[in-house]
Amino acid sequence: MAHDNSNPGTNVTRRDALKLLATAAVAIPALGMAGNAAAVMAKTKGAELIYRPTDPDMLKPIVPWSMTLTQAELDDLAVLADIIIPADAQSPSAGSLGAQHFINEWVSAPYPQQKADLVLVRGGLVWLNAEAKKRFAKAFAKLGNDEQRQICDDIRYEPKAATNLKHGARFFAKVRDLTATAFYTTEAGMADIGFIGNKPMASFDGPSDEVLRQLKLKS
Amino acid sequence: MSGPSGQQEYDVIVVGSGAGGGMSALILSIAGLKVLMLEAGRHYDPVTETPMFNLPKDAPLRGASTPDKPFGFYDATIDGGWQVPGEPYTQASREPQQRFDWWRARMLGGRTNHWGRISLRNGEYDFKPYSRDGLGLDWPISYADLAPYYDKTEMLIGVYGETGHGLENTPDSPEGILQPAPKPRAYELLAKKSCDELKIPVIPAHLAILSQRQDHTRLPAKLFPNSALGQKVVADSMQSRAACFWATPCGRGCSIKANFQSTTVLIPPALATGNLSIITDAMVREVTLNKAGKADGVIYIDKHSRQEVKVKGRAVVVAASAAETARIFLNSRSPLFPDGIANSSGLVGKYLMDTVGAGVSGQIPALENLPPMNEDGSSGMHLYQPWWLYKEQKAGKLNFARGYHIEMSGGRGMPGAGAFGGLQSFTEGAYGAEFKQACRRYYGTFVHFAGRGEMIPNENSYAELDPTVVDQWGIPVLKFHWQWSDHERNQAAHMHKTFADIITGMGGKVTSTIEADGSKAIASGGSIIHEVGGTIMGADRKKSVLNQHCQAWDVPNLFVADGAPFASNADKNPTLTILALAWRTSDYIVEQFKQRNI
Repeated sequence: MAHDNSNPGTNVTRRDALKLLATAAVAIPALGMAGNAAAVMAKTKGAELIYRPTDPDMLKPIVPWSMTLTQAELDDLAVLADIIIPADAQSPSAGSLGAQHFINEWVSAPYPQQKADLVLVRGGLVWLNAEAKKRFAKAFAKLGNDEQRQICDDIRYEPKAATNLKHGARFFAKVRDLTATAFYTTEAGMADIGFIGNKPMASFDGPSDEVLRQLKLKS
Repeated sequence: MSGPSGQQEYDVIVVGSGAGGGMSALILSIAGLKVLMLEAGRHYDPVTETPMFNLPKDAPLRGASTPDKPFGFYDATIDGGWQVPGEPYTQASREPQQRFDWWRARMLGGRTNHWGRISLRNGEYDFKPYSRDGLGLDWPISYADLAPYYDKTEMLIGVYGETGHGLENTPDSPEGILQPAPKPRAYELLAKKSCDELKIPVIPAHLAILSQRQDHTRLPAKLFPNSALGQKVVADSMQSRAACFWATPCGRGCSIKANFQSTTVLIPPALATGNLSIITDAMVREVTLNKAGKADGVIYIDKHSRQEVKVKGRAVVVAASAAETARIFLNSRSPLFPDGIANSSGLVGKYLMDTVGAGVSGQIPALENLPPMNEDGSSGMHLYQPWWLYKEQKAGKLNFARGYHIEMSGGRGMPGAGAFGGLQSFTEGAYGAEFKQACRRYYGTFVHFAGRGEMIPNENSYAELDPTVVDQWGIPVLKFHWQWSDHERNQAAHMHKTFADIITGMGGKVTSTIEADGSKAIASGGSIIHEVGGTIMGADRKKSVLNQHCQAWDVPNLFVADGAPFASNADKNPTLTILALAWRTSDYIVEQFKQRNI
């Protein structure tokens, strides 16, 4: 399976930052708020952008922080993402949709929760490879499917994991949660579960007779 | 929007641009008074700035909550949240049960840009709680005093709902005022069936969202029968609003103006009168007093120059949000009022209230594997449960004095950050093909019930100035004191038990911990963002800050138009009452100008 694992983070941020500057300069007269330009405009200090995270451009969002994970870490996360959400007849795999890049964006963010998750994910990846080498004398990504599943089965659910593997289960749960967020927020993921909203409609008609019958709310 | 215009004296200075400030500015400017509105945040235009259909995948962290954007990236709140950079507040206690979390939004329109749009009238009991059970405080007005203003407010802003239910202390709007309620969703009907068994009433919710376009030919003449200007600006405003197209979350704001926000419904027609000027990024510090003991203007800090600016007005309306209003009063010190303007009672900052909040989630197997359906609806609830145990309470069968209503949510919403994060306990950590199947099966099967209940004002919940801390504008900040009583804690425990019963009645599995100890069930003070009180109104000037017109007892040309005048905080969400009360207060101010009392 081919993945585009080039790390888009840093370059995109700089490019979007420049775009933001250009947008802000144009947007102010349009708002008719020349007197409040400083409040609307992203401030600059030399060529460096000072991003105001409490007042981001919600119509043209950017990720204003740079990415932390290494290429090797991204490769391992792509393998894990495909194990957690593999391709099937209905939709592609999470790794092929770039779940690993979202995880990178997440753990690179400058907030307390995400900083804690960075430690959990990075430490977990080191542990996972060490565990793979201990059991099968190879890095996790080089293992066969059955070998990978043997490890994942042992860490799939913290309450049932062996005491010495509970930290591994916590790592796996975090990667699973982040992979699910990455996957189910894409168009392919939303279609997979049958989300058909976020479309303007002339009326809201409520549930169909078929649904009402299935719920025994109508005979 | 115009800037400060030198030495001009305005008729009225309005501090704040949210529900209370926006309504005051509209009514006063329609009456021909020259009004200056001051807003501490930046200008904000929902028509051009709202990310209506934008997807979580295009936002940082897929739109997740962060300390910078606590309700998610696309939440309308700008420069706000539980903390505002450079504008701290402090807590008197380190105890979690004694903290008050203060949500602020520094933007034109304030918190009306992101609020839940739930618009419930206070009932007759809610204005006279002390007379009824001996607890808390009575308002100096009754339901009958405010009812005409509820009628007018609902017509002006547009509220969907249904009338004719005749439920105790749950007023029906007169015929012809409410917009049609949207049809219930599947999970709401399933919850209703369970509630029917439990004898909990379930009726259409009232939300400030247009389910159809407003009748711009009929309503303006009913609202402003004696003002051609009022009819014109409001008719134009109504024509500019579209009906809800049943998509996109209201919390982002609404570029088609289908829901109510001050910035789409109140401020544009007020500006159209030609009588309103607005200065944004103007952080008000204090109301100033002349030698005759009357308010003569306001001093604000211009956030760009960081210099103080004085503006003059013949009357001042403060609507900065309940606690911020109290803060401005307390900071307005003079030889006449060394403890803050209009504070001869010593009650400025006192009787701060929030809403009692507690919630329970559940998973409903009956909702599994349903065919795909669009359940976006109005984005808020279509049905709700008003408080129903009045008779049991009166008979002494409950261990708390006041009621709560139930707000439910669920359904097949758009997946965002955290999607399917709670699934591992249902699947014992499924991954792979098994996980994908589980997501298909469990999508849309989770429901949440949130209780919103009345808090009784008490002596231990208040705000005062912290003598040791100022914000980045050099203004002394608030220190919060907070204490729940057993009435609130027991009510929260009752919520938990009730919601578990509803979920069980739906054949569902409760996924939250049900707490018999209310102190573990109750949300922290302030966290429901229904902050009211602080300059309460009353019939006795020794026991209140404001009279029945929300006019300061001590300073006759000083008024309050936000939630600060509330003498009680009924379970009904406060915004509709803030709007109606601000309109009533504004009518009184206009009358005082006509009679040359101001």
